[in-house]
Amino acid sequence: MPHDNSYTGQEFKVVGNRFARPDGVDKVTGRARYGADASAPGQLVARVLRSPHAHAKITKIDTAKAERLSGVKAVITSDDLPDLTGGDRGMADILENCMARGRALYDGHAVAAVAAVDEQTARKALKLIKVTYEVLPHVTDVDEAMKPEAPVIHDWVFTGGVNPQPTKPCNVANRTEMGHGDVDAGFAQADVVIERSYKTEQTHQGYIEPHACLASVNSDGSAEMWVTTQGPFSYRTVCASLLGMDLAKLKVTSSEIGGGFGGKTHVWAEPLALALSRKANRPVKLVMTRDEVFRATGPTASTSIDVKVGAKKNGEITAAELELRYQGGAFPGIWGMLGCMTGFACYDIANQRSVGWDVIVNRPKVAAYRAPSAPMAAYAVESIMDVVAEEIGMDPVDFRLKNVAKEGAQAPYGPIYGPIGIESALNAVKENPHMKVKLKKNQGRGVACGFWFNIGGQTCVDLNIGTDGSVNLAVGTVDVGGARSSMGMIAAEELGIDYEDVKVHVADTASLGHNDTTEGSRGTFSSGMATIFAARDAIEVLKERAAQMLDVPKESIQWENGTASATGAENSNLPTLTLKEIAAKSHNTGGPIAGHNEVTADGAGMGFAAHICDVEVDPETGLTKILKYTVVQDAGKAIHPDYVEGQFQGAAAQGIGWALNEEYVYGEDGRLQNPGFLDYRIPVCSDLPFIDTMILEIPNPNHPYGIRGVGETSIVPPLGAVGNAIANATGVRMNHAPMSPIRVLEALDRAGVSGDQVSAG
Amino acid sequence: MRYESPATTKEAVALLSKEKGPAFVIAGGTDLLVRMKSGLVEPALLVDVKRIPAMTTIKVMQTGFRVGAAVSGAELGAHKALGKAWPGVVEATNLIGSDQIQGRCTMVGNLCNASPAADSVPALIAAGAKAAIVGKQGRRTAAVEKIITGPGSTSLAKGEVIEALTLPKSSRRTGDAYLRFTPRTEMDIAVVGVGISMTLERGIIKKARVCLGAVAPTPILVPAAADTIIGTKLDDAALAALAAACSDACDPIDDKRGTAAYRIRVAGVLARRVATIAFQRAGGAA
Ligand SMILES: Cc1cc2nc3c(=O)[nH]c(=O)nc-3n(C[C@H](O)[C@H](O)[C@H](O)COP(=O)(O)OP(=O)(O)OC[C@H]3O[C@@H](n4cnc5c(N)ncnc54)[C@H](O)[C@@H]3O)c2cc1C
Repeated sequence: MPHDNSYTGQEFKVVGNRFARPDGVDKVTGRARYGADASAPGQLVARVLRSPHAHAKITKIDTAKAERLSGVKAVITSDDLPDLTGGDRGMADILENCMARGRALYDGHAVAAVAAVDEQTARKALKLIKVTYEVLPHVTDVDEAMKPEAPVIHDWVFTGGVNPQPTKPCNVANRTEMGHGDVDAGFAQADVVIERSYKTEQTHQGYIEPHACLASVNSDGSAEMWVTTQGPFSYRTVCASLLGMDLAKLKVTSSEIGGGFGGKTHVWAEPLALALSRKANRPVKLVMTRDEVFRATGPTASTSIDVKVGAKKNGEITAAELELRYQGGAFPGIWGMLGCMTGFACYDIANQRSVGWDVIVNRPKVAAYRAPSAPMAAYAVESIMDVVAEEIGMDPVDFRLKNVAKEGAQAPYGPIYGPIGIESALNAVKENPHMKVKLKKNQGRGVACGFWFNIGGQTCVDLNIGTDGSVNLAVGTVDVGGARSSMGMIAAEELGIDYEDVKVHVADTASLGHNDTTEGSRGTFSSGMATIFAARDAIEVLKERAAQMLDVPKESIQWENGTASATGAENSNLPTLTLKEIAAKSHNTGGPIAGHNEVTADGAGMGFAAHICDVEVDPETGLTKILKYTVVQDAGKAIHPDYVEGQFQGAAAQGIGWALNEEYVYGEDGRLQNPGFLDYRIPVCSDLPFIDTMILEIPNPNHPYGIRGVGETSIVPPLGAVGNAIANATGVRMNHAPMSPIRVLEALDRAGVSGDQVSAG
Repeated sequence: MRYESPATTKEAVALLSKEKGPAFVIAGGTDLLVRMKSGLVEPALLVDVKRIPAMTTIKVMQTGFRVGAAVSGAELGAHKALGKAWPGVVEATNLIGSDQIQGRCTMVGNLCNASPAADSVPALIAAGAKAAIVGKQGRRTAAVEKIITGPGSTSLAKGEVIEALTLPKSSRRTGDAYLRFTPRTEMDIAVVGVGISMTLERGIIKKARVCLGAVAPTPILVPAAADTIIGTKLDDAALAALAAACSDACDPIDDKRGTAAYRIRVAGVLARRVATIAFQRAGGAA
C-alpha cells in the first residue's frame, strides 16, 4: 500500500523519502562488526558453567582442578562478585541472575565461569569444575506456581499490592489493579455477558545474534567493553554498579546489533566478562551459544488470562474485566501490571477493571519483548471481542468501531487520550482491498487491534559541522531499526542540506551524556527530537557566523533552505551564504560550529494498529497457513517509510511466529527441551506471505515532526488476528497460543469438526 | 583430530579400520559438524569421502541407478532421469534443510546418521533401494531398511562405509512419493514422514511398499499397510484401510516435536495423500 499522508499538514523535503540504508552493504557483505567481531591482543575466551537443574541448592563449588589446568587464567563464582547493591532489590536480582548465589533458580542459571587461552581449554575447564547440588522441588507453570502447595522459590517475596500484606512468603510477587467506572453495574446493563480463559506460552525474542562482548579491565581499574546492546549507558550503569566502578571509568561501545527486541536491554553475562577480565588482567571475550541464549536470557512471560465482556445488543460494551497472570521467571517482574495497562487500551469502556498478578517460577528471568505483556492481554481481549460480536450478531470490525477509543477517552491506566489512531486504523481496515478478497473452503479471516504506549526519556546528541560543511551527528540511542538513516534525514531537513551530507554515528558512553536505552519505541521519537533541537542550536551558531561575515546584526539574519541571508531592503545587495560557505570560514569567525541538545523527551505518542489476517487450516493435520496479512498502523510521521514498514512487518512476523509455533517446552524435570532454532520454531521466510503495510500519519502533537514510536505496536495484534482467522475458518475458537497444529487438531476434534474422514484433497 | 581425504573407497576403509579412536566418515558434514560443534562427538579421525570418484557420481545402468554416497541433494535434484524415475526419493532428499544444506547433504549421510525422522530414508526404503557397502572383508549389499538399527545406530561394522545406493529400474507403471509433516515449511524435522512406491497393472496396484518415518525408533517398512492397497484401484475404502494400517503400525513417543497420538493420526492422513500422488504418478486413474 502507498503511504497515506492525508492526516499530516507539514511539508517536508528530506523526511519521507526512501534512501538506501547506510548500514546495508556492510551487513550483507559481512563487514559490519557485531558483538562477537571485536578482538584485543592477548584476549581470553570465556565460558559459563550453567545449572542443569530447575531449582537446586548449591552446597559446594570446587574450582581447584579447573584453576590448575594449563591455559586457564581465571575462574569465578559468585564469591568473585560480592554484593555491592546495598539493599537495591532490583540490582540484587540482576546480580543473582548473572551468577547463582547459593541456589540455582532455573535450568541454565550461571554457576561459575572461566577465562582461558582458547575455547577448547575453557570447555575442558568447565568439565573440571565440580558443583555439588541438592535438588529442590521446582515449578515452571504460572498457574501451578500460584497454588498454595507450590514450592516457594524465594522466602523474601511477600505478595505486594494486597491488603493486608501477607506474612507468608509465596511465588506471587505482586498484584496490580486498575480501571474505572462501576463494573458490576456495567455488567448488569449488558444483554450478553461472556467469559473466557486463555493461555499463552513463553516465547523468546529470537534475535539472530547471540549476546557477545569483549571486556577489558585495566590494572588501574578503568575498563572498556564492546558489546551488542540496546542500551550502552544502562549496561554501563548496571555493570559499574555491580562491579563497584565509577561510571566514567567504564567505557561501553555498542556494536552493530543483530536484533534485540527488548532482550538486549538487560545485562546477562557482561558483568561476568568484566569480572573475569579483572581477575585475569587480560581482555576477555564472551560469546553465548544459542543454547545459552534460550536457557538463560530474556524470554517473555507465559500467561494465563481470564476475560469477561458485557455488551448490549446494539454493540455497546457496558463493562469488561481482565485477570492476568504473568510469570516473570525466577525474579519479580512488572509484567502483570503492563498487561493491565494495555489490555483494553484500544476501546472506550466506561466500566472496566484489570487485575494483574506477577508470579515467580523456575524459568529464566523474563525481559522485555517488543511491547512487553501487551500481546498476551490482547490475545484474550481481541479473541473475546470476536466472540461477543458473533453472539450479538454484529460484524467484528463494526463492533470494534462501535467501542473504539477516541481522543478524550480514558486509558485503562488513567490518562485521557489525545489524538490517537485506532479509529482511523479500523476504518482503513474496512476500506482495505484485503477485506474483499474471496475466501475458499477451510479459509478464514480475522481482524485484531493493538496498542503500545511508546516512551520518550533522556537523550542527547552532538551535531558537528566540518569545515567542508558536511555534518557528523553523534547519537546515544542504538540503531536497532534504521535510526542512523532517520536521524540523518531529520538533521538534513532542519539544516536544509542534502541527506548525503550528514553522517550519523552511534556514540560510546564516554563521548555523550547519558541516553536511556533504545526501548519502548523511543529511538526515533526522542533522538529525533534531540536532533531537531541540536540542528536548531547549530543554526543559531551559523546565523551568528553569517552575521559576522556579512557585517550585520544577528537579528537580521534569516535561515532558509540551508542558507543564511540578511533581511531588510538595505541588505538586499548582500550575498546569500550557504552552510558550506559559512563552515569554510569558521576558523575566522569563532572556531568549530556545533549544535547540542540534552533533553528528557516527553509526550511520546501512543501507537495503535489494526491487522487483517487470512489463514487456511488443514482440517486433517491442524496446520495453519497464513495466506495474506495486512498491517495498518499509525506512525505519527514516517521519517523513512521503508524502515517504518520494516518495523510493521518484523513485528507482525514475530507475532505470527508466537501465534503459530514458538514456545518454550519444559520437561517434567523443569529443563528446557528446545533450546535451539530447530525446535523453537520461529517462522522461516516460506512460512509467511508478503506482509502488506499501510502507514497512517496522525501527528503526535508533542513532537515537532509528529513522530510516534513504531517499533513495537504491531507485535500486539497477531495472536488475536490469527486466532480470529482460525475461528472464522473452522468455527473453532483457540484459547491457547501458540495455536500449533497439535493444539488446533485437538480443538477441532473436541468440536467434532476435524477432517480425518475427509478424503485427501 | 586428523583429517584425511583419500581418493579410493579402499583407502577410506583402511584409514577407518586402523584408527583406534573415534573415526567418522564425513560426507556433507551437515549432521556431523553440528554434532562436533555441540560437543556430542569428538572425532580423532575424519575421513572425507568427497574426493572419491566412485562416490561422487550418479550412474544410469541397465538395472537402475547407482548414486554415489557423496552426491549432494542439489546434484540429485538436478538429475533429470533420476527425478523422472524416482520423484519421491528425489523430493524427499530435496526436503532436507534449505538451499545451503542441499549443497552439502547426502542421502547416505541422512541414512547413516540414523535419525528416526530422516527424510530420504522412508522414500529410499519404499523404492527398494540397496546399499553397496565396502569393508575390510570386502563388499556386500544390504537393503536400506537393514541399515538403521535404532536412533543413532547402524548395522555397519567398524571400518565399513557405504559407497553408493542403488535404485531399481522403474517402469512407466511405477510411481513413488514422499510427504512429511512439519509445523514449518522448511528447516524443520519431520513429525511424521511417509514414503510409498507402487506398480500398477491394468490400473490396479500390483506391488506396493509403504514406509513410515518418525513414528518409531527406526523408519519402518509396513507390509500390512501395503497389503491394504494391493489389488485395489485406490478407492476410498482402500485409502481408509491404508490410513488405519499405517496408524496401527506406529510406535511413537511423546516429545517436544509432537505427541504420540498426533503422530499416529497424521501418519494415516499423510499415507492417504502420499498414496494418491504415487498412484497418479504410476498412471492410475483417480
Ligand atoms: C539446518 C539443517 C537442517 C536439516 N534439515 C533436515 C531435514 O529437513 N531432514 C532431514 O532428514 N535431515 C535434516 N538435516 C540433517 C542432515 O542435513 C541430513 O541428515 C543430511 O542428509 C546428512 O548428510 P551429510 O552428507 O551432511 O552427512 P554427514 O554429516 O557427513 O554424515 C552423517 C553421518 O553419516 C556418516 N556417513 C556419512 N557418509 C557415510 C558413508 N558413505 N558411509 C558410512 N557412513 C557415512 C557420518 O560418519 C556421520 O555419522 C538438517 C541439518 C541441518 C544442519
